[in-house]
Formats: sequence, structure tokens, C-alpha cells
Amino acid sequence: MADNGRSPEQKRPCHHVPQPGDVNGSTVDTGCGTVDSGCGTGDSGSSGAGGSRSSSECFDEEEPKLSRVRRRTDSCRKNRPPFPWFGMDIGGTLVKLVYFEPVDVTAEEEQEEVDNLKSIRKYLTSNVAYGDSGIRDVHLELRKLTICGRTGNLHFIRFPTQDMLGFIQMGQDKNFSSLHTSLCATGGGAFKFEQDFATIAGLELCKLDELDCLIRGLLYVDSVGFNGLPECFYFQNPSDPDHSTKHSCSLDNPFPMLLVNIGSGVSILAVYSKDHYKRVTGTSLGGGTFLGLCSLLTGCQSFEEALEMAAKGDSTNADKLVRDIYGGDYERFGLQGAAVASSFGHMMCKEKRESVSKEDLARATLVTITNNIGSIARMCAVNEKIERVVFVGNFLRINTVSTKLLSYAMDFWSNGQLRALFLEHEGYFGAVGAFLELLKPSEDL
Amino acid sequence: MAELDRVEKSSHSLDKSITLPPDEIFRNLENAKRFAIDIGGSLTKLAYYSTVQHKVAKVRSFDNTAKEASSEKLYEISVQEEITARLHFIKFENAYIETCLDFIKDHLVNTDTKLIKATGGGAHKFKDLIEKKLGLKVDKEDEMTCLIRGCNFVLRNIPHEAFIFTKHADSEFRFQNTHPDIFPYLLVNIGSGVSIIKVESEDRFERIGGSSIGGGTFWGLGALLTKTKRFDELLQLASKGQHTNLDMLVKDIYGGSYGSLGLTGDLIASSFGKSATTDKEFSKEDIAKSLLHMISNDIGQLACLYARLHSLTRVYFGGFFIRGHPVTMHTITYSINFFTKGEVQALFLRHEGYLGAIGAFLKGAEEDNPNQYSWGENYAGSSGLMSVSPDINPMQRARSGTFDMLEMDRLERKLVNLPLLEDPSSYVPDTVDLTEDPLAREYWLFCFEDALDGVVKRAVASQPDLPEAVERAEKFRQKYRHKLQTLRQQPFAYGSLTVRSLLDTREHCLNEFNFPDPYSKIKQRENDGALRCYQKAVAALDALGWEEKQFALVRGVLAGNVFDWGAKAVSDVLETDRDFGFEEAKQKLEERPWLVDSYNQWLQRLKGPPHKCAVFFVDNSGMDIILGVMPFVRELLLRGTEVVLASNSSPALNDVTNGELQILTETIAAMDPIIQAGLKEDRLVLVQTGSSSPCLDLGRLDKELTIVVREREADLVVIEGMGRAVHTNYFARLSCESLKMAVIKNTWLAERLGGKLFSVVFKYELPTPPPPAAPPMKEEEEEEKAVFSP
Repeated sequence: MADNGRSPEQKRPCHHVPQPGDVNGSTVDTGCGTVDSGCGTGDSGSSGAGGSRSSSECFDEEEPKLSRVRRRTDSCRKNRPPFPWFGMDIGGTLVKLVYFEPVDVTAEEEQEEVDNLKSIRKYLTSNVAYGDSGIRDVHLELRKLTICGRTGNLHFIRFPTQDMLGFIQMGQDKNFSSLHTSLCATGGGAFKFEQDFATIAGLELCKLDELDCLIRGLLYVDSVGFNGLPECFYFQNPSDPDHSTKHSCSLDNPFPMLLVNIGSGVSILAVYSKDHYKRVTGTSLGGGTFLGLCSLLTGCQSFEEALEMAAKGDSTNADKLVRDIYGGDYERFGLQGAAVASSFGHMMCKEKRESVSKEDLARATLVTITNNIGSIARMCAVNEKIERVVFVGNFLRINTVSTKLLSYAMDFWSNGQLRALFLEHEGYFGAVGAFLELLKPSEDL
Repeated sequence: MAELDRVEKSSHSLDKSITLPPDEIFRNLENAKRFAIDIGGSLTKLAYYSTVQHKVAKVRSFDNTAKEASSEKLYEISVQEEITARLHFIKFENAYIETCLDFIKDHLVNTDTKLIKATGGGAHKFKDLIEKKLGLKVDKEDEMTCLIRGCNFVLRNIPHEAFIFTKHADSEFRFQNTHPDIFPYLLVNIGSGVSIIKVESEDRFERIGGSSIGGGTFWGLGALLTKTKRFDELLQLASKGQHTNLDMLVKDIYGGSYGSLGLTGDLIASSFGKSATTDKEFSKEDIAKSLLHMISNDIGQLACLYARLHSLTRVYFGGFFIRGHPVTMHTITYSINFFTKGEVQALFLRHEGYLGAIGAFLKGAEEDNPNQYSWGENYAGSSGLMSVSPDINPMQRARSGTFDMLEMDRLERKLVNLPLLEDPSSYVPDTVDLTEDPLAREYWLFCFEDALDGVVKRAVASQPDLPEAVERAEKFRQKYRHKLQTLRQQPFAYGSLTVRSLLDTREHCLNEFNFPDPYSKIKQRENDGALRCYQKAVAALDALGWEEKQFALVRGVLAGNVFDWGAKAVSDVLETDRDFGFEEAKQKLEERPWLVDSYNQWLQRLKGPPHKCAVFFVDNSGMDIILGVMPFVRELLLRGTEVVLASNSSPALNDVTNGELQILTETIAAMDPIIQAGLKEDRLVLVQTGSSSPCLDLGRLDKELTIVVREREADLVVIEGMGRAVHTNYFARLSCESLKMAVIKNTWLAERLGGKLFSVVFKYELPTPPPPAAPPMKEEEEEEKAVFSP
């Protein structure tokens, strides 16, 4: 975040000053509703992940890359983008959408507001489910947020990436393009669906790097807090997962941190400052693997269903433990009897395959994937000499089994050196980062 | 985790119907002791120590005073019985365990043995059976300790034990030279789980990490997802599948690559990610493939993280997940390359399956102190690497996969590297790796096959008093022909295929059928003949002026080197023309300039101060040693140079052995006061190389020899003959002056080198000067290498 440590409530004049190199400078004074046609095309070619990466590096510098964000100034308050304000993160499995609902709309403003815009606001804020698969995470809503001179609520919405084309179609149906807004999007889908947005809905995306957005969004949400409460939490007494308890904490001095983002796959970043980070490694064994394997093994239809099954299962019916082999601990190597020696190891045996339940298999899948992520994260933390490990991503949503297991693994294998931290808005930071990008230049100036 | 109790109880019923051929499997049980057994999930590995009685050829001088009239021969040849130690390792399917135990009990004569060392997950399960059948008490040993012990043992004793695997390359197996120092290394053992072990010395090792996602996960999840029960079948499925149907790739999310992070579109972003969102049916093959990729990548990643954390670059992979399966070796190699960006190479071991059994055996044999000896793989008794996947060669695997064997001979001498090697860790004895050169391979395999009749004939002729020699020789023929056939199919069976390994395999097979020295009679006849000409030859040389003499001496060595029964072009001449002598040989020699000719530099060097000590690796008996080498040695002695004559410990072709050379030298000393004085003053010494090969591995020489070399501060190494100076050591760099002399007695090789039959290699080299600032120049070497790759 640009204003890390500075209260976002602080009202600052937002105005757009043309900058050297700002190819769109000439469009500043165009009237309300005029589309800045100059920035779109030249932009789309260069705004690949590589380009936007550097935007993170010069976030605060003299020349904000205005060209990155399509900017249409509204006639009344020239210096901020017109509504609606969205940020979008199109992942491999889920699309995450944040929507800013202004609550300080004046009567005059409301008069001016086009119907279209009104109906979008209404549709999004009065429903908690959209179509068959869209869901608004009401409990995550950030209320009375003041940003860029406006106060409003930030809504968090998700739907499966599979339904992306339907979403774009809806954009077309609702004539979204007539609003001439910038649609800031990150995640792989921003690239993959760019063409569809353009051809179906006549919308041009502003594509942003997902890791840039992730970090920016995370730091921002942490800095504004969760409606007065801290965003961050950890588990106290992690060595006893049955009795460990969730505790809030602040991420006051977050650097360096190892950021483990568990989406469909996993990316592990070492973050040294708000604009200095590197991707250490990643693994393809992530949330997608959990759900994919679970649906093959149990026929479950959704993440929720998979987790429900896992909650009821016993992984030791599928996994072979150290004590199954050695009768107890393997002392020569300091391995506890209860440690998993071979994930799904019992399933080599026909009798055990016949007696295992779907719930057991779901649990074993969850435990396997989680432990593996924990193990890789721990190794990275040691290699990078970082003690703070922050886990985010939608795999952790409603997934206490995994969060507790990760807390346990970090604590146990490091003899208490490492602490696993989690964030309430686990999967939404990329979308928030994209949303902030939309507002960024006005924030900066 | 190590190889755990992944015994699938119902899948194998014990098979008692098999009949074991006693000549081939569980050999030498009569004297067997120190049993060890490693029972894994599907395979049992049995180890035992035995002594082998076999014939060796000895030479002994006649007592000249008493028997002078009785024989014209200089020495007598006798064949004696000798007992040597051999380690036997046999690998078979658990289904045969009972049959095998019965067989062992029936054939075990020695009853001293009370214990059997056991390791592996199945050891517990079969404990009662073993104790009941064999009457031996089962003594369990820690699995990981056995594994490491075994690993150290094979790395130290078996050249070309480790290899890297490259799918689609000309030669999929690229063997690594034995590094003089095997530590430290990382062993990633992929059994049902994964154990990552850092090994720092023989006794110091530590499990630094592991993972529960291993072979058991592949097998267990694979069985659940594909309803395929057997591990091998799962791998077979995987090799036919497409992982992209289930895995979510970067391009599935991005539509292309994720350029800024350097993640290509084909990279797997989420294993099984597509099966989470698609309801369609997936094929068993595709599921198995995705599973294999997921697990291999994960293990590779962890291995890299640990290797980096501990700054280790040598990473060996083992366990039943790997065990010779090209599919898993390929995916693991791929993963390691990806995660380390090529900095670390995945290494695999030829005898990986035996590590536990070897280790358990070593634990039981500690009082024999097996680690104080050097051991050598016996090519005649070992099955070789049979890593053909069932779908490539199903029959082969079904048959030879049943019983796999490794036999190791205890060598008489402890072998170490020549201290004069410029860089022992990068020394490669062999000039051409036939595994990587299909043309050369084709030629040499043909050559050895073609020469087989002659070898058989000579073997029979060497034992005229033994009528069953014909039958044995026939068995030898079958055995060696079978080896050649195996090598044609699997050139990598015993490590890199080289002319040396082909020769050594033939020697091992000859010994196996008690033909310790087929050339003994020929050598004797030729030695006698040459000795009669010695004085005349020396007198003729002494009559020459200095420069002519030096040249004549070199030509003498070269002419002598023509007398090589190992070369068909020569043996054909020698068989038919009994009068072919030293002078005729000189006529055959190429005129200067030779194919490789640094004679002028050598002559220039001789004008300078004498060498302190020369080590001369000699070749053939007869004309070669007596009329070629000895006068040359005599001249060195005259110059004031001490000479160490290094000859084979045991017979190979018509190469002179140390035993023979002792007698020859004494006889010559009796005729030649200079040789006499040299011996008396200890300025001429005879030492054995520890080898019984027509080639020369300077990395494995008798420790005694290396001590002499060091003590006498040798500053010149002379290597003579095609086997020692061309097939091997042609590119060897030494830290002192070296002289390589040979006559090319093979048209094909001569042409390959750009010469013709009887072309001469005379290669005098100075050591690479110590680098002043710039790195040493290697251009000269490059040029010469070019000769070998026309």
C-alpha cells in the first residue's frame, strides 16, 4: 500500500496532475462520461504480468504509471475514477470480486447517476447470492471505509471461474460498457479472458500482476483493520490442535514475511518491504489438488462438501503412521509414532481399501495437502531465514483443520521458532489489490 | 520413510512350484556363511559370503642346477587351487521366499552359521519362516543404517555405480566415475514414504527430513483411483497417460505463460486442478500420470530444498519407487532439473535394490572387516542392470526379473588411485564410451563375438591334460556369448560399455570356468624364444651411436608391441607363420612421422638430465617385454634413472604377469650385468598393478605400487600397448612427464584414428604447468579428441 501507516481515513485532495510521460494527460479535461480512448490499446500489449510487476516497484515514485490504469475522470470530481469501483481476481478455480458501495451519495449525485449504475449497486448489495454460484461473503464486509474521498462499504463476492463466461455475458446484458469504467483485474484469468471481455462485453480490462496485487491488498486490509478488529490471527497453543485457540494479533511490523498463498496451486513469496518481494517457489499441490482428488475419491461436488466430509473422517484409516511400521516411535531418527509415514500408505492393501470411508479419504487428502504445504513453507522459511509465515488463499476458507494443522507443523518442526499467521480475508487480497490499483494515482497525488 | 512394510498380503501367494537351477542361483552355498536378508514389499534380497575355489596359474623357475638337462624351458607352469572370497547377492520376488529358503537349507553344508542379519519391512513378517526353515536366529538391523552402509560400499567399490538418467538421449544412462571421496552426499530414499538422509562419513549420517508423500502414496492413491492393484501396472498406466487432462496448467489459468515469473504455460499450476471443476470421466492412464507427476515433482522439490539448505550437490535417489523404473527416474530427473535449474543432477544407482542387504551383511561381517579390502564386481556372475520397462521388453523382464544377482570378488590387494594423476576426481580411464557411440559399439561387439572361437580353442589347448576342458570351454563360450548379447540389448548393463569392460568380462568368464591362463603355454614358448635373442639384441644396440640407439630402443619397444595375441590381425599371423620374428615385426611398423609422433621432443628430453624414477606399465610377454621393454629399461638405468616395472597381478591374454616377470628379469640379470646391478642396488624393482586386465585403470591400482611411486618420487610414467595407452589412458593427464607407446593392431581403430594397420602412437607429454594466473590451456587435448570423433 502506498499509504502504509497513514490513516486511509485522512482526506486528501484528489486531483489529477498530468505527469511527464503521461500519454493520457490530454484526456484529463474531457467531459464527464467521455472515454479515454487513448490508453487502452497501447496499454493492453504491455501490461502483461511483467509490466505490472514494475508498477509495484514504482508505486510511490514520481511517475506513477498512469498509463496502466484507464482513467476517466468524472466531471464533478475530476481526480477519481467514476463509479462503479471494482477489483477482480480471476484465479484458476475462483473469481474474487470486491465492490465498493458508496454510502455518501448525495441527492444531487443520485440524480446524475445513470440507471445502470444504480441497478448494479442494488443488485450487488441487496443479494447475498448471485445466480447459481455467486456468493457474497457478508461476514467479511468492510464497513464505513473512506477511500479517495468517498465513504462506503467494501463487499466481497466470489464465484467459480467456470462461470466466468456467464459473468461476462451478464456484463454485456447489463450494458456495463456504457458506464465507461475501468475494470481492474488480476489473476491468470485477467489474461485468459481478456479477449472475451473485449468481444462479448465490449470491456477492456486493466490487467495487473497477481502477486503485486496480493501484497498490496494484504497490507491495505491489514492496515485498515477488520471493522475495528485486527485482520490477523494465530493459534495459541498450536502443539495441541484440539485445544488451540484463535487469537487476534496485528501485523504491525510485517517485514520480512514469508507469504504462502494457497489457491488452486501454491505460491510462496518472501516479502521484504511493501514493494520488494520475490517468489521463492511454488507447488502444484494446492487447493485445486485437494478438491480435485477429493472429487475423484468421494464424488463430492464442492469445496464445502469436501471439507464437511473431511471434518468427519479419520485420516489414519488411509495413512500409514510411523507406529504402524515401527510399533511406536522411530527413535533412531526422532520420529513420533503418530507422524504420517506414508500418505495413503494403507491403501496399498486391498482389505484396507475396502474398509476405508469416503470421509476418511477426504480427511487424508486434506491432511496430506496441508502437511505438504507446511513442510515446503517451513523449508523456505529456513532457507530464507524468515520467521513470520503468513498463510492466505481460499484453501483456508472455513478450513480450521488446515489452519490448525499448519500452526502445529510450523511450531513443531521449528521448535517454536516459526509462527503461522492467518488473515480473515484469506482469499480476497488480490482482488483488493486490483481495486486499489483503480484508485491508486489519485491516492498518490 | 524407508522401505517399509508395504507387503501386500493378498497379492502374492507363495510360489513353491519353481525349480531352482543350482548352477546359476545361490552358487557356492557349500561354504556360505554370514547370511543377511532384506525383505521389502515385493522383493527379497539375500546376501552371503562364500569362498570360491578356483584354479590359478603359477609359474616357478626350474631349479637350474638340478634339472638343467631335463628341459629347455625356463620355468614351469602349474595350475593351483586358490581360495578367494566372494559376496553373493540375490534378489527375487517374495513369492519364492519359501522355495529359496528350502533350497538354501538343502545346500548349506557349513553349519557354523547361527545368525542371519535381517532388515526391511518384511523381515518381521517372515521371521518365523526363516528361523524355522534355516534354523538360524534372525537378528534385526536398523533399516536406514543398513541402507547407508550398503550405499557407501557400492559407491566405493563399484566403478560406474551411479548414473544420471536422460530419457530420449542416445544413451539414457550416463555413468559417473567413482569419486575418490564419496562424502558428503544426500540419499533420498523413496519407499512408501520419503526419507532424506545426509551422509557425511562411514558412520555419520542423519535423517534431515522426509515426506509422507512417497511410493506408498502413488501406489495407495493409484489403487483407489484406477482400481489397479500392482505398482508396476500403475507405472505402466502412467507411461501411457496424459497429465494435462487432469492437471491445471499455467496456461489453463493464464491462457499462456506467466512471463514475469518465468513460468511457462505448460507448467502444472495445480495438480488434479481440472478434476475439481469438471464432471467428466478421466482415464486410468491420465489419472496415473498426473499422480506420478504430482509425487515426483513434490519429492524433487523437497530434495532440492534440503540439498540447498545443506549445500550438497550429490543427491542419490533410491527406494522401490525408483528401482530401475525409467518412468520414475525420468520424472524425478525432470523435477530436480526444474527446481535446481540444472545445478543439481539426480543420481541413481545400479545396485540400488541391494543396498539394504549389503548393509545388513556388512553389519554381520564386521569382524571380517570387509571395508579394509577392495572388492570388484564379477561380470560373469552378476546379472547387470535390467532396467527395461515391461512394455519395452516384457519377456526379458519376466524371465530375468525373477532372479537377479550381484557377485563381488574380494580383491587380493587394496586398490587406490595413482598419486600422479593430475586430477583423480575427473580421471576417466576409457577413451571411448561405447554406450554413447553406437558405431564403435557395433564394431567391438562384433569383434569380440568374432574372436570367441579362437579364445575357446586356445582355452582348450591350454589344458591338454584335462579332457573335460572341451565341455568347460563350451560353457564359457555360451556364457560369454550371452553376455555379449545382453550388452547388445542393454549396453548399460554393467556401467559404461568399453573395450576394457568387454575384455574384463571375458577374463571373468574364463576364470569362472577355470581357464585361469589360456595363454600360459604360448607365453612360455615366446618368452623362451625371446630370451635366446636378448644378448644379441642388446649387443646390436650398444654398437649404435647415441642418437641411433635411442631411436632403435623406441622402435624396439614398438616392434615388441606388435606381438599381441589379443589382436586378431596379429594372432592370425602368429598362428600361421611360426617364423614371424622381431625383425619381421619391425618391418610392419609405420615409418615416421608416426600417426602420433612426439619423438623429437622425447629425444630432446633425453639430452637433458636423467629422470629420477620411471614407472613402466608393461604389456605383452615374449618379444615385447624381453626384446622391447628390457633394453629400454636398461638404457634408463644406464642414464641413472630408477625403474619400477609394473605388471599385472594375474593373467590376461598374453600380458606378462608379475610372477613371470620376476623369473624373466632374474634370467636376464644373469646375462646382463646392468640389469643385475639394477636389481642388486634396488634401482630396478618389480611391482604388481593389482589388475588382471589387458587395460589399465590408473584409478584402481595396488596400494603397494602407489607407495613405491610416492617413495621414489617417480617423475616419468611410461604406458605401453594398445589396451593400456589407447583403449584406456589415451587422454589421461598426469602430474609428471608421461610417455604412451602403442602399435595400432586393428584396422578399424587405426582408420578411426586416421591411420592404418600398424600405425604408431608415440605420445610424450609434459604435465600441465601450474596455472600462473590464467586457467590451463586445454586446446591440445581438444585437438587429439577430435581424432577420435571423425
